[in-house]
Amino acid sequence: MATLEIRDLHVSVDTENGPKEILKGVDLTIKDGETHAIMGPNGSGKSTLAYSIAGHPKYTVTSGSVTLDGVDVLAMSVDERARAGLFLAMQYPVEVPGVSVANFLRTAKTAIEGQAPKLRTWIKDVNAAMEKVAMDTTMAQRNVNEGFSGGEKKRHEIVQLELLNPKVAVLDETDSGLDIDALKIVSEGVNRFREQGDRGVLLITHYTRILRYIKPDFVHVFVDGKIAEQGGPELAEQLEAEGYDKYVRAAV
Amino acid sequence: MTVTEAPNVARAVETSDKVASHLHPTPSYDLADHPVPTGREEIWRFTPIKRLGGILEGEASDAHLTWETDLPEGVTLRQITAEEARALGESLPADRPSALAVANAGGAMLLDVPAELELDTPVVVRLRGSSADDLVWGHLVVRVGNHAKVAVVLEHAGSARYAASTSFLVGDGAQVSAVTIQDWDDDAVHLGRDAIRVGRDAAVRHSAISFGGLVRLNTEVVYDGPGGEAELLGLYFADAGQHLEHRLFVDHNAPRTRSNVDYKGALQGEDAHAVWVGDVLIRKVAEGIETYESNRNLVLTDGCRADSVPNLEIETGEIEGAGHASTTGRFDDQQLFYLQSRGIEEDEARRLVVHGFFADIIKKIGVPALEERLMATVEAELEKNVGARPGAGA
Ligand SMILES: Nc1ncnc2c1ncn2[C@@H]1O[C@H](COP(=O)(O)OP(=O)(O)O)[C@@H](O)[C@H]1O
Ligand SMILES: [Mg+2]
Repeated sequence: MATLEIRDLHVSVDTENGPKEILKGVDLTIKDGETHAIMGPNGSGKSTLAYSIAGHPKYTVTSGSVTLDGVDVLAMSVDERARAGLFLAMQYPVEVPGVSVANFLRTAKTAIEGQAPKLRTWIKDVNAAMEKVAMDTTMAQRNVNEGFSGGEKKRHEIVQLELLNPKVAVLDETDSGLDIDALKIVSEGVNRFREQGDRGVLLITHYTRILRYIKPDFVHVFVDGKIAEQGGPELAEQLEAEGYDKYVRAAV
Repeated sequence: MTVTEAPNVARAVETSDKVASHLHPTPSYDLADHPVPTGREEIWRFTPIKRLGGILEGEASDAHLTWETDLPEGVTLRQITAEEARALGESLPADRPSALAVANAGGAMLLDVPAELELDTPVVVRLRGSSADDLVWGHLVVRVGNHAKVAVVLEHAGSARYAASTSFLVGDGAQVSAVTIQDWDDDAVHLGRDAIRVGRDAAVRHSAISFGGLVRLNTEVVYDGPGGEAELLGLYFADAGQHLEHRLFVDHNAPRTRSNVDYKGALQGEDAHAVWVGDVLIRKVAEGIETYESNRNLVLTDGCRADSVPNLEIETGEIEGAGHASTTGRFDDQQLFYLQSRGIEEDEARRLVVHGFFADIIKKIGVPALEERLMATVEAELEKNVGARPGAGA
């Protein structure tokens, strides 16, 4: 069982002209087994929400709470949050020169599990996870995300989702910039994760396209730093037809 | 992050035909040509002259470093006179410490690798000083015969006030990897000069690795014929209060020669100071040459200073390519965040990133026996900083 609960979350970033509030009171509860889609226009604060959950130092939580199974997430360091079972697939995965994918994955797995994985099964697991997302297994010898195409970076995030198997996964525009084949591959990865039955997913997206492959239980429309409307999958269809205009105008 | 990239020749320093290089003094054995510096001279302005332990005054001394080496069959090491060293064709001293070293050392050691000898394992010479009270003058000539293939590693440790001139005379078609490691105690002072003559079609890789002591190392390259190639690599790690200075001068005096300079350093702690000066001179005759130099610094904490000065002087337009890059970057928070968001603790994440920063240069140094040790030394240096709150905050 894992419940991620976000209450009245306010978040600012430092700018040259002082702090600027980006999240203006977000309420969201993700129970185990649930997939929530967050949809919103560019600049509405979706990545800010994702980064704030993960603990990026750029964002300051000014009020509100985030708990995982009742435990205060905001008091944890970035790595503690990951070890507690949170995972963020990033919109723009970071390149780490000189650190191989294989070394990175093994170090991360060791950190999450508290002990090094058994070498023989681990190599098999890594290869299998890469093959499932149609990544050439030789890429394990490359440096993390260095020289990867946009699609390869996103598939590499899904490999990590599969291997680290968190309780709750936040996927920040994992669908952006993917062609239809890659989108299907990535969606299948997310669906395998969900099929375990007790995993939570927060699927952040700008487009409705991915929702044809990943069926959300709930859809939230995110505008100007908060949730403007929520509903079931039918809300996504309505957005597909009408766009965000109505909500954006309402927020102005 | 300050990044300055200049991948073209447009910003090169202009020089007239008459001046060989206004950045570089005229080489000479005569001490009168190398007066005691005040610290205001272009070539001394970054160096903390007061902390050099009086080396520049040039007192006589017959103290030595202890030498320890296992010579492979065919390679010899013997004493020669300063006159013999001169006759072998070593490059003339280009600054006061090297001129003093040649004048005061009372002869040179000659490490001789005969022509066509190919060795699989490196020739390692361990040089050790016993005290910073000792003033030591060093004069060394490494001669590599035509078409030989060899790696020579000079390791400096312990303590001394040491000024040395080391010449590498590389024969035609030879392939040489020369590594100089400065892993001195904190109170050591090392004013070194590695002068490399690259034979026709020869390939030289020189790696300067500095971890401990106050170090000022000049690496000079000149070509004895066309087609020569020099790869100049560097790795350094400056701690609190430490001064590590690497100066390079590549004299493209022959056509179709190549040079590639790649230095990487990390700095941590109050008043850690790294200096990198890369001078490349492309003479009129040097048509069809190619050169690139790069210096990258990784600043791990507040209070550090990295000076990085590339200089290109170009006297001919008929070249294949010339460029330079110099970056000094704070520790990359995005990389740290990414690794931590996968459960990796901050110290471990930091270690991985620094490891990654140096990994390519260590691989390029290309002496497998050294790779592991260099990484271990980098990590030991990094340990010193664990616990201290890094300055590169959000
Ligand atoms: N450092 C910053 N300074 C000023 N504004 C910022 C900064 N970082 C983010 N923002 C602003 O915060 C808003 C939300 O950004 P983001 O969370 O990336 O939105 P989304 O992911 O929905 O496109 C945007 O308007 C963006 O310009
Ligand atoms: Mg975003």
